[in-house]
Amino acid sequence: MNPLQRYLPLVDDEEAFLEACDRPLPYSVRVNTIKTTVDRATEALDDEGVGYEQTDWNPEILRLTEGKAGTTWPYFHGWLHGQEEVSALPAIALDPQPGETVWDTCAAPGSKSTQLSALMDDEGFVVANDNSLGRLSALRHNAERLGVTNVAVTNKDARNFSLKPFDFDQFDRTLVDAPCSCEGTCRKNPDALEKWTMDHVHSVVGIQKGIIRRAIQATRPGGTVVYSTCTFAPEENEAIVNHALETEDCEVVEFDTPLETSPGITEWEDEEYHPSVEKTHRVYPHQNDTGGFFCAKLRVGGVAESEEGEA
Amino acid sequence: MSDEPSNDGQRFDRLPETAEEREVPGRATREEVLDWWNERFEIPPETFDEYTFWEKGAGKVWVLRGDTANPISVEGLGMTFLRTRQEHWKPTTNAVQRFGREATKNVVELGAEEATTFAAGEDQELDWEGDWGYLIAAHDVAGEREPIGVGLFLYGELRSTVPKGRRENLDALSE
Ligand SMILES: C[S@@+](CC[C@H](N)C(=O)[O-])C[C@H]1O[C@@H](n2cnc3c(N)ncnc32)[C@H](O)[C@@H]1O
Repeated sequence: MNPLQRYLPLVDDEEAFLEACDRPLPYSVRVNTIKTTVDRATEALDDEGVGYEQTDWNPEILRLTEGKAGTTWPYFHGWLHGQEEVSALPAIALDPQPGETVWDTCAAPGSKSTQLSALMDDEGFVVANDNSLGRLSALRHNAERLGVTNVAVTNKDARNFSLKPFDFDQFDRTLVDAPCSCEGTCRKNPDALEKWTMDHVHSVVGIQKGIIRRAIQATRPGGTVVYSTCTFAPEENEAIVNHALETEDCEVVEFDTPLETSPGITEWEDEEYHPSVEKTHRVYPHQNDTGGFFCAKLRVGGVAESEEGEA
Repeated sequence: MSDEPSNDGQRFDRLPETAEEREVPGRATREEVLDWWNERFEIPPETFDEYTFWEKGAGKVWVLRGDTANPISVEGLGMTFLRTRQEHWKPTTNAVQRFGREATKNVVELGAEEATTFAAGEDQELDWEGDWGYLIAAHDVAGEREPIGVGLFLYGELRSTVPKGRRENLDALSE
């Protein structure tokens, strides 16, 4: 079964949606500001005759229009990282600040972790965790090439992650870029559609619930948790956020996205979700010519230390 | 098993500040590490004021921005930085790319073709009047000098130490 059919009732323009899913994905790179500036990176691409255009929403993300960036000097120097445009959203939504303590629960191969470090000017502490040792070695390779020094790499199941090794007992911000059924990546690997089954959705939902709950528990009161996937399935998106709202002390908060998005849905098949999940964002491929995506931002309940005494 | 403190390949230990504080025999100290970068490349010790150094596995030193619990059992901490516990200490390619811009000594500036040969991991003959041993190989890119990696200069030859997984066949930039 082609899972895309399931989502047609959700999109505004069925034809444009299906057509966009069929087109190959534009190739894009992120400029790594830990090692260089946008100006130097683009000058180096110019020198090698690689064509690009700056996305209008983020000067650090370049869409390649001619040639490849993987075997160029700026890539060799760790100035560039191949990263899909829409996958830059969660780190921007998380908005980590230099000096903070941040957990990336499902981090390999490290596109978003290294982006978090760059947003923090490589200051503070990022714990990049993944339960797959093989994928972690790709993360290590990427982090080293990009010159990231504020990261600790761990190999644990995020659902029962322990902070025992560290000298702090909660995170300021946590990213859950969850394992998912991935139809949103169909433009890159059409396989994702062929392998799709409802059984897989059900099995991955349990993992997603466990990880988002642990993420909220490990984040300080007033802290931020961002949940993202590359699937359109409401079972893996709004339903997971809804589960977090029902089981942990947190609320959905609004955030601006520079990309065109659709609001989260509050009803799907026989389910109804909390009205606040409307503040989450869905990204369909035809909206910005990207992959598909879902992103939610949560505020962890309780009084933040910085707010104490102000009341 | 002896009670003497030893090096544990499964965890990271922060380097002691000085030789007086050293408990694990053979472990480099922070002071020695700073001196080494300063003497070898004239990278000023202040460059690393915000960083701590860690050993995991004998002689493998990592650099971390900031500090953390000591010791700590994690898979990785910051980035690999320096190989000690051998006669000639050797910096990593990635450390030199990250911190080598500050260097003013033992930096060999390669031409476009030479830089390409170096990035491919190949050895080449080189006219070099300076020190033998580990050098920072650099070239001009986008208007400024940029470190490429670590070269070993011996007997008129520059050996590239760019690790296999980092080697690339790149085009020569026009000069
Ligand atoms: C969508 S990918 C993450 C991509 C990554 N954030 C990036 O930007 O490069 C999901 C990851 O979750 C990991 N994963 C799956 N189950 C997990 C669990 N229980 N705990 C931790 N990581 C898990 C997978 O190994 C996979 O690397």
